[in-house]
Amino acid sequence: MSQIQGKQSIKFNESPHIIEGASIVGSKEGEGPLGKLFDFVSEDPLFGGKTWEDAESLMQKQTASLVMKKAGINKMDIRYIFAGDLLGQLIATSFGIVDLEIPLFGLYGACSTMGEALSLGAMTIAGDYADYVMAMASSHLGGAEKTFRFPLEYGNQRPLSATWTVTGCGAVILGKQGGFARIPAITTGKIVDYGLKDSLNMGACMAPAAAEVIYQHFMDFGVDGRAYDKIITGDLGKIGQKILIDLLKEKGFDISSQHMDCGIEIFDSEKQDTHAGGSGCGCSATTLCSHIFKQLKKKAWNKILFIPTGALLSTVSYNEGQSVPGIAHCVVIESC
Amino acid sequence: MEYLKAFLIGGAICAVVQIFMDKTKLMPGRIMVGLVCIGVILGALGIYQPFIDYSGAGASVPLLGFGNTLWKGVKEALDTDGLLGLFKGGFTSSAVGISGALVFGYLASLIFEPKMKS
Repeated sequence: MSQIQGKQSIKFNESPHIIEGASIVGSKEGEGPLGKLFDFVSEDPLFGGKTWEDAESLMQKQTASLVMKKAGINKMDIRYIFAGDLLGQLIATSFGIVDLEIPLFGLYGACSTMGEALSLGAMTIAGDYADYVMAMASSHLGGAEKTFRFPLEYGNQRPLSATWTVTGCGAVILGKQGGFARIPAITTGKIVDYGLKDSLNMGACMAPAAAEVIYQHFMDFGVDGRAYDKIITGDLGKIGQKILIDLLKEKGFDISSQHMDCGIEIFDSEKQDTHAGGSGCGCSATTLCSHIFKQLKKKAWNKILFIPTGALLSTVSYNEGQSVPGIAHCVVIESC
Repeated sequence: MEYLKAFLIGGAICAVVQIFMDKTKLMPGRIMVGLVCIGVILGALGIYQPFIDYSGAGASVPLLGFGNTLWKGVKEALDTDGLLGLFKGGFTSSAVGISGALVFGYLASLIFEPKMKS
């Protein structure tokens, strides 16, 4: 039976399974509301390395090892890794997973990378191209600030509307059976650009992309928000959340009772002075592999829609006066 | 007394700039360039030197003072060397400030390690 569904979705004939997930974060994330749910909190922001970029690679390596250990699966059984990060030319991933000696599909989706990795990983399993794959995404505050804003050594002040890039890595192993959850469907997002140029208000830039992919998902499957216990975006923050809910209301869908955002959940903005909330590939990846998986494992939630959101700008595009295009990917996850 | 004046006036300039940083979307780089340009204009208008005479380091240390220094250097060089002074004067007068920043910045990078923001 064809697995193509609607305009942008796939409904898998045999749902790939989530065998296990692992999350490793930095100390600030460890001090946040989800602190106790992460597998490991590193007090050393350098993770034993010499630079922030090195640290992110080491963090990826540690997370990959941890998820394989938790799942009881050897690296030789994993056919492909789908992974990405925020750094230029994906150097955190390239140097991070080299020792695993697993064929790599390196991905750039900005903060939506975990959604992209899970989608492609699920397609690979469902298409019978692999028995096990790994999906992984990471970010590091030091590396991200150097890539997108200013190096930490510069000591600049961060505006109150800026988000706080999560130092963290989340990794998931997908397989044909077993585990605690499965991915029955995905909806892949298009780039959506409403012409917003405010790089300090990322939530507003990404909310249209999230709204469009969620809308298309509802249309492709003939459902609405009530089909899910939770609809969880990556890092829209409080402002982006409001815009998302309003945009969907205009199209006749009210998701206000199901919506949650990883960027809002991962930090306590009052106590931790994180301004507009968490962001980065690691934000959605670590929240998924800690809080969300825990809820699915204990069946507090049975079916969720996971929508990591990304802003596809670079410092070059921003300085050249371009707007900030957004993208988001839907991954349906249900417990089993 | 001169310490108090320097502190209050320098602090007031910094406070005004901080309000710009918090309340507008201007990037820090633009604000700094703006300060230097305002300093040049105030220097050219003859306002800034009396201001420095009154408040000492409170007026000369902030970037406004740097703009004034640039202006003074270019003006003196124009008087001495004519049009060539336009090119000679700026760097000559600001040499101490720029070299100081380079040298101390480099020394700091040798001694200190970068830390995560908390």
